Amino acid sequence: MTNFSNKVTSLVSENAQCCCELSLVEGPTGSELKRRIQELCGENVLECYQCGECTAGCPVAYAMDIAPNQVLRLAQLGLEDEVLGSSAIWLCAGCETCATRCPKGVALSRVMDACRQLALERGIKPKEPEIAKFHDQFLTEVKRFGRVHELTLTALYKVRTKDFFSDVFTGIQMFLKGKLALIPSLVKGRDEIRRLFSRSRHGSEDS
Amino acid sequence: MRIGVFVCWCGSNIAKTVDVEKVVEAAREMPGVVYATDYKYMCSEPGQNMIQEAIREHKLDRIVVASCSPRLHEPTFQRCVEAAGLNPYMVEMANIREQCSWVHERTPEATQHAIDLVRMAVAKVAKNEPLSRSKLDITRRALVIGGGVAGIQAALDIADAGYPVVLVERTPSIGGHMAQYDKTFPTLDCAACILTPKMVDCASHPLIEIWSYSEVEEVNGFVGNFEVKIRRRAKSVDESKCTGCGLCLEKCPVKGIPSEFDEGTGTRRAIYRPFPQAVPNKPVIDREHCRYFQTGKCGVCQKICPVGAIDYEQQDQVVTEKFGAIVVATGFDVWRDEQAMAQFGYGKYPDVISSLQFERLMNASGPTDGKIVRPSDGKVPRSIAFISCVGSRDEVHGYPYCSKVCCMYNAKQALLAKDKLHDVQTYVFYMDIRANGKGYEEFVRRAIEEYGANYIRGRVSRVYPDGDQLVVKGADTLLGRPLEVRVDLVVLATAMKPHDDAKELARKLGISTDQYDWFSEAHPKLRPVEVLTDGIYLAGACQYPKDIPDTVAQASGAASKVIGLFSKEAILSEAMTAFVNEDTCVGCGLCAEVCPFGAIDLVEVVDREKSTRDNQVMKTVARVNEGVCKGCGTCAAACRSGSARLRGFDTKQILAEIDALADAALSSKRL
Amino acid sequence: MKYAYYPGCSLESTAKEFGESTVLVAEALGIELVEIPDWNCCGATSGHALDHKLSIALPARTLGIAENMGLDVVAPCAACYNRMKSAEVAMKSDEALRSEINSSLANPYEGKITVHSALEIFTAPDVLNRIKERVSYPLRGLKPACYYGCLLLRPPKIVGFDDPEAPQRLDEAMCAVGAEPVEWYFKNECCGASLGISKSAVSVKLTGDIISNAKKHGANCIVTVCPLCLTNLEMRQGAAGKMRGEDLTMPVFYFTELLGLAMEVPGIRKLFASHLVDVNPALDAIEQGEPVPAGAEG
Ligand SMILES: Cc1cc2nc3c(=O)[nH]c(=O)nc-3n(C[C@H](O)[C@H](O)[C@H](O)COP(=O)(O)OP(=O)(O)OC[C@H]3O[C@@H](n4cnc5c(N)ncnc54)[C@H](O)[C@@H]3O)c2cc1C
Ligand code: SF4
Ligand code: SF4
Ligand code: SF4
Ligand code: SF4
Repeated sequence: MTNFSNKVTSLVSENAQCCCELSLVEGPTGSELKRRIQELCGENVLECYQCGECTAGCPVAYAMDIAPNQVLRLAQLGLEDEVLGSSAIWLCAGCETCATRCPKGVALSRVMDACRQLALERGIKPKEPEIAKFHDQFLTEVKRFGRVHELTLTALYKVRTKDFFSDVFTGIQMFLKGKLALIPSLVKGRDEIRRLFSRSRHGSEDS
Repeated sequence: MRIGVFVCWCGSNIAKTVDVEKVVEAAREMPGVVYATDYKYMCSEPGQNMIQEAIREHKLDRIVVASCSPRLHEPTFQRCVEAAGLNPYMVEMANIREQCSWVHERTPEATQHAIDLVRMAVAKVAKNEPLSRSKLDITRRALVIGGGVAGIQAALDIADAGYPVVLVERTPSIGGHMAQYDKTFPTLDCAACILTPKMVDCASHPLIEIWSYSEVEEVNGFVGNFEVKIRRRAKSVDESKCTGCGLCLEKCPVKGIPSEFDEGTGTRRAIYRPFPQAVPNKPVIDREHCRYFQTGKCGVCQKICPVGAIDYEQQDQVVTEKFGAIVVATGFDVWRDEQAMAQFGYGKYPDVISSLQFERLMNASGPTDGKIVRPSDGKVPRSIAFISCVGSRDEVHGYPYCSKVCCMYNAKQALLAKDKLHDVQTYVFYMDIRANGKGYEEFVRRAIEEYGANYIRGRVSRVYPDGDQLVVKGADTLLGRPLEVRVDLVVLATAMKPHDDAKELARKLGISTDQYDWFSEAHPKLRPVEVLTDGIYLAGACQYPKDIPDTVAQASGAASKVIGLFSKEAILSEAMTAFVNEDTCVGCGLCAEVCPFGAIDLVEVVDREKSTRDNQVMKTVARVNEGVCKGCGTCAAACRSGSARLRGFDTKQILAEIDALADAALSSKRL
Repeated sequence: MKYAYYPGCSLESTAKEFGESTVLVAEALGIELVEIPDWNCCGATSGHALDHKLSIALPARTLGIAENMGLDVVAPCAACYNRMKSAEVAMKSDEALRSEINSSLANPYEGKITVHSALEIFTAPDVLNRIKERVSYPLRGLKPACYYGCLLLRPPKIVGFDDPEAPQRLDEAMCAVGAEPVEWYFKNECCGASLGISKSAVSVKLTGDIISNAKKHGANCIVTVCPLCLTNLEMRQGAAGKMRGEDLTMPVFYFTELLGLAMEVPGIRKLFASHLVDVNPALDAIEQGEPVPAGAEG
């Protein structure tokens, strides 16, 4: 049943994924989400006509809680909490298959990027915390050294996720083959790089 | 001079924004105006009666109607005053609806704007002169371009009404796409049973000439009097001798040429007819492949032909013929862009075929005698995936529009495949099912409910081989999941598109095309079979994707337009045409260059100024062919010496309008 | 021919054999690569995943330095190439963004130079001809599955020097050195490398799909243009094999290693030792008069 009230809500019971009742109205929140997405990545989610091509080609769709086309559908309806709280936006591998094949020319991959940024901006807890932490650790690394030092990256990531043992063997192998340097290489223009960071969202929180 | 002004309310369209009574009051004060009034609907019968009575009562000789656009009602009011004894060109319209009330709020300025428009019209009508239209003869013979079901239907309808028709078809046979199909939706009658009789009727109709293997090269003239240059390509077979026995077809040594008619699913030889029921049923030699033409050695067909019909010396014939009307029925092509379809492997994997190819595989007289088999290994497929909207509704890789017909033929093909191969599992990947015709929705439901077609809502991302099968990677958006099916055959419903040379033909005909190159109709709702050039009509899928019922309806519509034209005694020329003052014309030819209708020729005349009694001096001047001129005024605007002028829009009339506006503006201190 | 060379972080560490082979092959072909001084990380997937503007600003700094050198850039790593090219296009087309970012840069980037992938320059017609002439150790018998991955080809509006759905250039390069690339169907499917560490189950599944398809079509190795792909395919093939119950052991090369091998560029063979997956079975498959020493020279 769809009825029209004053608030954008999606009544999803805690454990049920489907069978939810929607009360929709194009309130300020709904169009705000669309506007912010467009501002961040330039994509108009209303251009999507829900053909499903993106879902069909997405290598990660099978692992997502909602299908890629549903990310857009929810965004069209302005159901912000559901999109930004989904695992889909974090699992997206950024492979751009969807953007390449979408018959409407919608770059869903960029909408995914925008949704992740919005989720962080709104303090919504990432449904895939490991992925969020990895990306964050990566950028912290870039901010600190200007380059990524794979050994510290992996080590610190593992500390943050408390997952010490997976891939340890490969790590040791790589180290023995001279692939993981012990000392990070530093960029001289680190101040300049910090400046780039400080102008962006990521600059605010220092790690 | 006694001018009458009639201000219309157009219900509330004008009256709610413009103070109509004020306009009437102002009009009464304008120079030459002896009567002014208003009414709710001027175009209605009481409104028109009011105008006619006023003409009689107040002895009006010029009329201004302040209402809507002249595009809509100028003819109405011209007829109205003509019935009251005035020359129809003594009417001017002031457009106070589209150009005033619809674009303004209700303000004093809006009313002032309306008054200004009326003032200008009054100034102009004061300078109007009576004009007349001349009568032109009609050549009562029609040209139909394209011999698909549209062209066939139009030709038969026109000929049945008693007028001769030439049906020009580019390929060796008429029939078009419909001849390629096995059965047609929604009734599943066999295409051959309903089309071939019509093709034969065309061939045997005493008033229809079929010129196959022919093309239009050049079109001149105007409605009632077109002159068309047509190239009749050499068939290398003398049609008057050939009996159509087909002996040559079996002996020609050049085999294996992919058959165009079979969409490459079958082959033909260098001498061929596209299909056994072709009309005309006589072969042609494809000179590009013929060994005789390529190497000078062979001549097998000539030796075998029992009646000596093979004629290697035959030449193309270019003939110029006169016609009164032209029906364009050149149909459509299908999208074949292999690179854009690479995600489906079209052109790369033999078992990925187009729907048109699938039609040939299903056709009882096709290359497989109607057995559905895989092109790669000849095996009967146990599962088939039909993919909709390939290149349609896809602005990135193909066309943004919907091809309109494929939803229905997908259902047809899924149904027929199941009917022919009981064990087959069919999948139809679709975005929407567009089945809005008589019996169409029911047909699709039948394919699903009775024939078990598995409809999956979602586009396909990719098709790739796995062993000897194909994997179709799609999605079911109703479930919100990606999904894969493994099938033996993939059929792509490729978009319908205009022919690559459609624009070229449009240029020859002087008609326009839309952004995709479909031919443009004169009005999308009210004039769907006409184009903006009089005497040329559209039929069938050359205008936009259509199925057979719509195609035939439009073809009959086009035919009745032609019959209506031919049943007139004569046609009237435009009255508002351009003319050239030959005394002042310097013969620069600029007008001839800019005229969009090609109505101006440069001619040699005696220069009256420079000639003496014994010494005739000639000069070049422009001359307007009034039959062709549409009165657009482009020449008048371009002419530097002011010699080209437009009747009804003469310089003095335009200047009178401008003066009236400027005077009013100055006197009311608006300027 | 002279280019500004952008190794990127991986080519300095996990993919050092890619970096070294690129430099060696370029040298052998007379292409001069000048490393961009003080280059920085392109931001990779994490950059654009979390911060669109930053994902343009980071490569823009490096592009500005290269522009100062007056040279076009070569970025061998497909992921870096993708990010650098995206930044190039964004900086060229969005004036407001360009001036905003340039205002924080010591060397502003004005869009005067452009970015190429190593595959692009090594398969330019004249270079490819030179490679063909230089081949002294044709790789007959080597049946690589040419794996383009996603970032080199997509989105076609930005990268797109090859057909996004039916890419050819890597296959052409392999044919040029005498290898016999197999026809297979996962050339441009994503391997999930960007989730490799944080969500390895996904990359294990995708790696399995890819290697299994390559094997099925007779490949005896995979050749890549991307360090993320190579690391992922090497690291995850064991787990993927276990998951699918198939033997998915498969040597994976950088294309530059194979170019160098066929041209017998000195120093190439010793790079093979740094692979996590033994490449000798593939090297052994090369049908040549002379035997290939096991364990290579290095
Ligand atoms: C796969 C498929 C299946 C279909 N199945 C059905 C169905 O079951 N039922 C249904 O109602 N509709 C069906 N349709 C739609 C149907 O094909 C069209 O409605 C119909 O063919 C339109 O007829 P037409 O005469 O306008 O065009 P066409 O059939 O295209 O005929 C045009 C003719 O003009 C000729 N021509 C083109 N250019 C020139 C030129 N410059 N000079 C001279 N001649 C020229 C062509 O050679 C051709 O003979 C199907 C379409 C497709 C693609
Ligand atoms: S492919 Fe494009 S149009 Fe289709 S559902 Fe995905 S984003 Fe929407
Ligand atoms: S970019 Fe993300 S959503 Fe798009 S196909 Fe790749 S993984 Fe799926
Ligand atoms: S002359 Fe030409 S058409 Fe005739 S048989 Fe020989 S090849 Fe065929
Ligand atoms: S008719 Fe159906 S299949 Fe064809 S383009 Fe339209 S929606 Fe797609």
